[in-house]
This record gives sequence, C-alpha cells and structure tokens, in this order.
Amino acid sequence: MEKYLYIALFAPLVSSLFGALFTATPKKQFVGIIASLLIFLAFLSSTVLLVHILNGGEVVHVEMMTWMATGDLYIPFGFVVDQVSVTMMMVVTLVSTVVHIYSIGYMDHDAGFNRFFSWLSAFVFSMMVLVMSDNFAGLFIGWEGVGLCSWGLIGFWFHKEVATWAANEAFIMNRIADLGMLIGIFLVYWNTGTLQYDGAFAAMPSLDTATLTWIGIFLFIGAMGKSAQFPLHTWLADAMEGPTPVSALIHAATMVTAGVYLVVRSNELYDLIPNVGLFIASLGAFVAMFAASMALVNRDMKRIIAYSTLSQLGYMFVAAGLGAYWVALFHLMAHAFFKALLFLGAGNVMHAMHDELDPFKMGGLKKPMKWTFIMMTLASVALAGIYPFAGFFSKDLILEVAFVENHYIIYTVLLLTAGLTAFYSFRLIALIFHGEERYKLFGIDPHEAYKFMLVGMSPLLLLAIIAGSFKLSYFEMVTNVLPELEYHIHHPVIFWTITIGTQLFVIAAIIFAYKKYANANIKVPDGTSAMENSIAYKVLKNQYYIPYAYEEYIVKPYRELSTVFWQHVDLKIVDATVDGIANIVYSTGEKTRDMQSGNLSTMLRWMVAGTVGLLSLAVVFGLAVRHSDEIVTILSGLGV
Amino acid sequence: MEIGLNHYLVLSTILFTIGLVGVMRRKNLLLLFFATEILLNSVNIAFAAISHYYGDLTGQMFAFFVIAIAASEVAVGLGLLIVWFKRHGNINLDTMSSMRG
Repeated sequence: MEKYLYIALFAPLVSSLFGALFTATPKKQFVGIIASLLIFLAFLSSTVLLVHILNGGEVVHVEMMTWMATGDLYIPFGFVVDQVSVTMMMVVTLVSTVVHIYSIGYMDHDAGFNRFFSWLSAFVFSMMVLVMSDNFAGLFIGWEGVGLCSWGLIGFWFHKEVATWAANEAFIMNRIADLGMLIGIFLVYWNTGTLQYDGAFAAMPSLDTATLTWIGIFLFIGAMGKSAQFPLHTWLADAMEGPTPVSALIHAATMVTAGVYLVVRSNELYDLIPNVGLFIASLGAFVAMFAASMALVNRDMKRIIAYSTLSQLGYMFVAAGLGAYWVALFHLMAHAFFKALLFLGAGNVMHAMHDELDPFKMGGLKKPMKWTFIMMTLASVALAGIYPFAGFFSKDLILEVAFVENHYIIYTVLLLTAGLTAFYSFRLIALIFHGEERYKLFGIDPHEAYKFMLVGMSPLLLLAIIAGSFKLSYFEMVTNVLPELEYHIHHPVIFWTITIGTQLFVIAAIIFAYKKYANANIKVPDGTSAMENSIAYKVLKNQYYIPYAYEEYIVKPYRELSTVFWQHVDLKIVDATVDGIANIVYSTGEKTRDMQSGNLSTMLRWMVAGTVGLLSLAVVFGLAVRHSDEIVTILSGLGV
Repeated sequence: MEIGLNHYLVLSTILFTIGLVGVMRRKNLLLLFFATEILLNSVNIAFAAISHYYGDLTGQMFAFFVIAIAASEVAVGLGLLIVWFKRHGNINLDTMSSMRG
C-alpha cells in the first residue's frame, strides 16, 4: 500500500515540475494532458487506498525520512492514510482531476497555459502534503504551500492590478492567521513534547483546561484564516479575480476547507474543550448567515458563489464545533462536488459571455447553453439541499445536529440561512438562464463550452446527485477514528415536521426567487430603483462596509504609522547610523590619502613615526602590566 | 675608567639616532644608503656587546647575518641606483614619485 501512498503524493509534484520546464515557452497542449494524466494517476492511487481502508485494511503509516532531529525534537516526513485523510485525498484528487481536464479547455487561449498547469499541480501536491502528514509540522508545510499556490493562482493574470492586489490580500490575511496557528503548534510542542498527532493527542487529556483552551483557540485562528471565517473573510470574495478553475478547486472545494480539516483532525483536542467548540459553532452559524446575506444582492456571478462557499464553510464549522466531526467532513465532501460544479459552470458562462460577470446582463442562456444550464441547476438544487441530492443529506444533518444538541438559536440561524441559500442560488440561475435574452443588447453571441469540458465535469454532476447515498458506508468508515455520534430526532412527528418543513421552506424560497427574477421585466439595474437606494441594500452591497472599514481604520493608519517610522526611525536613526559609520571610514580614507604621496622620503618619515608610536604603546602597556597592582589601588582610591 | 656594556649601548643608540635622522632628512639616495648602513651597524654593535656581556655567541652570530644581508642589500641597491642615474641623470628622492597614487 505504501507504493500507492507515494504515487498519490508525488504524481502531482512530478506534474508540477514537468509543467515548470515549459513555463517560458508558448502553449503546449501536452503539458495540460500530461498534468491531467498524472493527477488522474494520483486519483487512482487514492481510490486504491480508499478501497483498502473501506475493506477494513490497516491504516497506512509511513515515515519517508527524518526531517529534523535535534535533542528532544524529532520531526519526520511522515505520512498517514487513515479514514479521515483518505476522504480528503479522494475529494482533492477527484476535484483536481476534473479541474485539470476542464482547464485544458478553459485556458485554451491563454499565454500562460503551461505556467497555469505547473501552479495548479503544485497546489495539489501541497494539499496532499497537508492532508496526509502525520504531524503538525508537515501539516504546516502543506498549509503554507497551498497558501503560496493560492497566491500564484489568484494573481495568475498579474498584469491586472486588481488580481495582484487580491493575491496579496489573500496572502497577507493568511499570514496573520498563520501566526496564530504557529503559536498553537508551538504550544502543542511545548506542552506535549511532540508534534506527531498520535503522541500529542494522547498527551492532551492530562493537560489543564486553560492550556488546552489556548491551544484550541490558536489552532482555530489558523483555521479561520484559511477557511475565511469572520473577521478574516474578505480575501475570499476578492480571490475571485483568479481564473475560474482556480476558484473551483482552491477557493471552493479544497483549500478553504483545510481549516475544517484541521478542526476535524484535532477532534480529540476540541472534545476536551467544549466551550471553544461552542464558540466555533456560533461563529460558523454567524458566518453562514452573514455570507448568505451578502450573496443576496451581489451582482457578480463568481462573488455570489464565493459567498455561498463562505456560508457553507460556516455550516461545516457548526458541525465541527458541536462535536459532529464526521458530519462536518461529510458536508465538506458533498459541498466540494456541487460547489466545484457550480464554479465550473460559471466558468462556461463567463467564457460564453466574454468574461461578463453581471448576471443581470445575461438572461435566457438556457437555449444556447443547455448542458451548462442543466449542470448548474442541479448543482444549485444540491446546494439548496433538496431531497435526494447530496446537499440534503449533509446539510440537513447539520441542522439536525444543532437541533438534537439543543442549540436552538444556531438551528434557527442555519434554517433561515438554508432559505437564503436557496434564494440566492436560484436568483443566480434565474438571472443567467431564464427570462429575456438581455445579452443581445451587448452584442454577444454565446456558445456552449467544448464537449470534453462538459464530459470532464460530469463526474462532479453525478456525485452532486448521488453523494448522499454513501452516507452509511461513509459513517461506518470514518467513525473508526472520529467520535461515533449518531444524531437522531427520536420523536417521529418532530423529525418529519422538521425535515418536511425545511424542504418546504427551501422550495418556497426557490419559487420566490424564480418568480422575482425569471420574468421578462428584469432590466439591468441602473441605480435608480427604490430597492437599490434602501439602506439595507447598500449595507449588503458594500459587504457591511467591512472592506471599507479595514481600508479606513487598519490599512490607512498602518500606512501612516509606517510612514512615520520610515521617516523618523528608519531614515533618521537606522540609516543615519549606518551612513555615519560608512562616512567615518570614507572621510578617514579621504584625509589620510595624502600620506600616500609617492614621495619616498615622506613615506620613510611616516614609517619612523609609526615605529615610534608602536614602541611607545608597547612601553606604556609594559609599564601598566608591571605596575597593575598600584594602578588598581589608585583607581579604587578614586572610587572607580 | 672601565668600559662596560652601557658605553657600548649608548654608542649604539647615538649611532642609531644619527642613522634615523639621516633616513628621514637625506634627499640623496646614496646618502640614504649610508644612513641605512649606520642603522644596521649600530644594531650590530648592540648585538656584539650584549653577546659578550652574557657570554652567549648567538648575538654575534646575528651580527654576522646582518652584515651579510646588509652587503647583499647594498649590492642590489647600488645596482638599481646606477640604472636610475643612467635613466634620469639624478638620484634625488623627491623626483622618485612614479609610484604616486
């Protein structure tokens, strides 16, 4: 089995290095094809490992080599394939295989085709390191690796100012969170003496609660950054400047779920500190609602889906925070499938509409883009959580968890959010695919994406529909390592009321969205309607003025402070000291160069002067050593 | 009056001072060589005297080495001096500034 582990891990690296050879050359079709094949190979290996684990095989644990060994510190490059990591490996390799194949078509006309595949495969490799590592240090390497690749891919079109700005924003925000995570890792090492998951979690029950709480909080800060939880959420929507396949793979399906993975992986820690868990769940519920509300009014197709991702991440954190780790992981998996599908569909629409992102300028696209229409609609149905699609099984389960655990406020928030989710998803679908063909006003002639792209997307469609049916076998598998908690509402009347009630509520939201946005009266908003001038709309449209507040109250004061430090500390103290030392040397040279007159007689005089000087020094020191006792007496008499 | 070590050392110091002043003041290359010889020989006197005083021959051995080196130095130096004189027609130190930086 080790062989498969190594193939799954290193095939993406090989793919990335291969692509890197051609980054300076014009587009080569085979780079994309070979990258896709190698990622597919990783997917096959992961499947073999999954089957092995599913059949009750042993957890595959290898130690490739020693990384650091000094004193008591021992960190190996160790990898583990257990029930949790194999789930993540399947999600990562499956979605990335689809995205690689899709990108061959999507990036068809891009000059950076080869570079794109190199980055994309490097991302897959980092993500595999992140999920497969058997210790916190390896996890951190993967964590930073995905951050770097995310930076490179958001800023892929680096000639666009907004793209580089968004890339830097994402990178810097993640660095802030990573500092928290690093502190968490240090605390783990400090208190348990090891970074291996096994050893660290085994040592934790004997630590006092305060220490554990700090560890839990700091690790969660790291998770907040990667998973874009409030207040570090602004980067995710801006990250949509990257190419759409990147948004599908990194900013929907895999990287942003790394935070959830971290919490799930640390379940033994969070089980010991239920207060932090409750905080995580509350924050998750808040973010779910908060992000969904921003998606309601947005007029950028990709940003709407990004807010939806944010909202669903909130759901995952609710489940993880309440101790239902397997539910969180299950929703992570289901969400990866339908959200990636939704993004890839949005990519098709963008291509057809020549990078137009405002759904109000589309309309009626269901005729020219029949398959994309079907895929995106089904993905949205799955996202909304309609039976029997994937979202129903995973999302309703989270609602049930909140209900069974008696957190009725969280439950209510999540229920309302489910309605909002359905509304904004179908607002998007209605605006893009139904109603008048408003795109004709802009002289665009949309066409369906390449056949192979649609075929490539089909596995995701299939999984978005049927992923829910894996629930039982999945439950049996992951509960080998995760707490085995079943959530059942025992009273059948309450159970059916809640389930059917939720379904009806969601369906009502969908119908409302269709009614409001699928009619012929929709016009491109021009900022004059009553709704657009209402305060609520403006608040939501401006993302609660949070980016504005960050810019105004953090970035600007920081910049001013930096200017002050630059002008008064850096220039006047640091630079002045360095320059001063250099000036002393320089002016000494300038003044003493006259000695080197080239006149033999003068030089001889200087030589004599030097000899006399050195001799007198020798005499003075010799005398001082000889009379040191007396000198000490005199000095002490002076009170020195 | 018995002539002792101190007399030799005083003589040596006086000769050394004369040589040093000569090295610093003379502008004629030939006289510079003379001054150098005086310096070396003043040291030789000190060597021989101290050697005799301690009854140890090492100092006198050193004096012989110094004489040998001084002889070879003068041989090379005079050769260079003659070549210089043939080229430039004088041996004034102040004109020898082709190495000026």
